Amino acid sequence: MIEIINLTKSFGDNKVLDNLNLTINSGEVTVIIGRSGGGKSVLLKHIIGLLKPDLGQVIIDNKDVSRMDYKELDKLRMNFGMLFQGAALFDSMTVGENVGFALNEHTDLPEVIVKKKVARALELVGLKGIEELMPAELSGGMKKRVGLARAICNDPKIILYDEPTTGVDPVMADAVNELIIDLNTKLKVTSIVVTHDMISAYKIADRIAMLYKGKIIGIGKPGEIKNTKDPVVKQFVTGASKGPITEDGG
Amino acid sequence: MKALMKRLGVKSLDFFIYIGGVFHLLVSTTFQIFVPPFRRKEFFSQMYKVGVLSLPIVFLVAFFTGMVLALQSAYQLTKMNAQIYISGLVALSMVRELGPVLTALVIAGRVGASITAELGTMKVTEQIDALETLAANPVKYLVVPRFLALCIMLPILTIYADFLGIIGGYLIGVYKLLIGPTIYLQMTYDSLVFKDLFTGLFKSLIFAVIICIVSCYEGFRAEGGAEGVGKATTLSVVTSFILIIAADCLFTAVFYFMFP
Repeated sequence: MIEIINLTKSFGDNKVLDNLNLTINSGEVTVIIGRSGGGKSVLLKHIIGLLKPDLGQVIIDNKDVSRMDYKELDKLRMNFGMLFQGAALFDSMTVGENVGFALNEHTDLPEVIVKKKVARALELVGLKGIEELMPAELSGGMKKRVGLARAICNDPKIILYDEPTTGVDPVMADAVNELIIDLNTKLKVTSIVVTHDMISAYKIADRIAMLYKGKIIGIGKPGEIKNTKDPVVKQFVTGASKGPITEDGG
Repeated sequence: MKALMKRLGVKSLDFFIYIGGVFHLLVSTTFQIFVPPFRRKEFFSQMYKVGVLSLPIVFLVAFFTGMVLALQSAYQLTKMNAQIYISGLVALSMVRELGPVLTALVIAGRVGASITAELGTMKVTEQIDALETLAANPVKYLVVPRFLALCIMLPILTIYADFLGIIGGYLIGVYKLLIGPTIYLQMTYDSLVFKDLFTGLFKSLIFAVIICIVSCYEGFRAEGGAEGVGKATTLSVVTSFILIIAADCLFTAVFYFMFP
């Protein structure tokens, strides 16, 4: 279980997270929705310890991530997989080296086994046999899927997805959704997905949480969120331009 | 007045944050050198990039500087019929001062800028965050190989530059000013002592540390896309240049008083 307690983070005068509280249950897919620039990625980065909070805690397995030293953090991160918004593939490495990075770095597995695992991960994201290509040779959507293959290659227990379906064609987006559900049902992986793609959110989520003005203003099962009475959540999930959410972020 | 004081305060704070950040990076890089595993492949690749690929530009700069030095000193020394001292003047200037400093400036421009641009791009495209999420320490993975490569290759490039500068001076001295080749070489050899070479190489080691730490630090600090990377690269080269000249002045003074 991941507990986020009173998490506060500011960048200069901009308070991105403001006393945010959220509990993420193990083995569930929790989708966090919210406006672009609303702090969803910042929240993910706090969970994996890339950012330190100004105030508050992120508790994973009864330990506060923000108080961990580098060794503890590295140990924790071995159980994590993370898909970045822009894929964040290493330019200087081939696709195969990117996907097998964690296995090559942290395990003594023979090269043949690593190659098999890499091939399997790439197959899962629909990109069989592209191990030798360089990231610069891939399209945006392919990069994203390679990023996803890298996130799942070392069989993590928790996977963080930062907008997994953005920039991916609709057919592939649905395949990514299926993959997230599959990992969750078969391997009991805890998934935290940040997105504003509501089709994806309804399909994959066990619970959906809405992040607005640095706080979680609504949380519930997809059906509950769909039929919410909260005007802000309702406006967001229906995609209406008129309502309490204005273009300037109000 | 209040605004001015506030601005001054912010600037001073930025300065101390910068100094603290640079020292923190230096300390953690030094520490990470001794933490296994040693990344041999990346280390040799950086040695090639820093050293081998810099040979042509260092050749041009050092060779022509040696020639110019001989010609400019001839301008004065021929008036006193003392051309014979050109050899010693070129050798000492190259080995003690121009070899280390010019090579460091060239490398700061060529290699330092490329390190900042590469690391800066990795930073703004979240590749450094990705490294951390994959439990790989960015300092260990990115800075240590570059640090070791620079600390080894810059002194070697400096010896190469010293040698080429002396050759440049030799060509002017022997073929233009008609100094006997044997006498020119003998005077070069006689004018140099081990201390000259040692102080030059020590300075080049310090310059290597400056170039690596400043360029990596600026790369790690880059933000805001392509424009941010451009700014970081410019700042990295300018800061390296200033620090190289300042360190040169400091260490020349130290050596002057310690080993007169």
